[in-house]
Amino acid sequence: MGSTTTTKQRVVGLIYEAIDSINDTLPDQRQLDKAEATVLFGSGTTLDSLGLVNLLVSFEQQIIDDVGVPITLADERAMSQRSSPFRTVDTLADYAMQLIQESADA
Amino acid sequence: MPDPKVMVITGTRKGIGRYLCEYYLQRDWAVVGCSREESDLQHERYLHYCVDVADEMGVKKMLVDVAAKLGGVEVLVNNAGIASMNHILLTPVSTVRKILDTNFIGTFLFCRETAKLMSRRQYGRIVNFATVAAPLKLEGEAIYAASKAAVVSLTQVMARELAESNITVNAVGPTPVKTDLIRSVPQEKMRALLARQANQRYGEMRDISNVIDFFIKPESDFVTGQVIYLGGV
Repeated sequence: MGSTTTTKQRVVGLIYEAIDSINDTLPDQRQLDKAEATVLFGSGTTLDSLGLVNLLVSFEQQIIDDVGVPITLADERAMSQRSSPFRTVDTLADYAMQLIQESADA
Repeated sequence: MPDPKVMVITGTRKGIGRYLCEYYLQRDWAVVGCSREESDLQHERYLHYCVDVADEMGVKKMLVDVAAKLGGVEVLVNNAGIASMNHILLTPVSTVRKILDTNFIGTFLFCRETAKLMSRRQYGRIVNFATVAAPLKLEGEAIYAASKAAVVSLTQVMARELAESNITVNAVGPTPVKTDLIRSVPQEKMRALLARQANQRYGEMRDISNVIDFFIKPESDFVTGQVIYLGGV
């Protein structure tokens, strides 16, 4: 538990763990880099739409296991933002931190 | 002894859901049930949650807890459902929302959250509840039938989306079974309804568990996106 002390570094680490599990299923030329600038959605990504779904599901599960907070990444807000929070590892981490904080405050 | 397999059944306080709990407990499953109210079912392999199936966070929290306590879920049976007979011209929108919430949103939420757990293990069986009221186009059941038609579409599309994770998604479409759901339907209406079935008797609980048994057996891994209607409808 301890969602209020969740640091961005920790959340990025959880995304990297999710990337590890997705990379296991991807061919060599489509492997995702474990870097904050890695593009996950839109032009410039090596992930197809199903790959992104699997990454988000895996990341949600990492948050539940590690932080102890159930969140839903693909909520209405995420889908309606002009700039998708799923665009890069960095933006995904920021969005997840926001949801974790909201869930802890609820 | 290996851990028992885990089955989640929604709407287990009474009726068909209660029957299915007892049926699968007798067959050595660990059964997780839920309803809005407490259940009086006591069994060492039965776990009950008080949750509204249409409450997103409630469903999420329940399944996080199930995963922590039991490790995962092999089978989901989306039994929870409500009906309300009324002419379309006299149907309040609040009734429509209530029926869609329980029958469709509830089914969707349990499918989504359980499939996340199932996909981690690359195995799962989901059985949803349709109804003969949809193919028979029963007057007075427009909203109930529409909500279940939505469940059928959900079942068929999900079957394709989840096939990659070795999760099958099917539906059973019961005929009327003598439960609270049809208690208020006039006898004459029921007789007319039964007359439209190939086999004109009331459904029994065992008719439903028989179809579920077929869908969830390991050998049925090539059966997905199907709806089996009972009674020859």
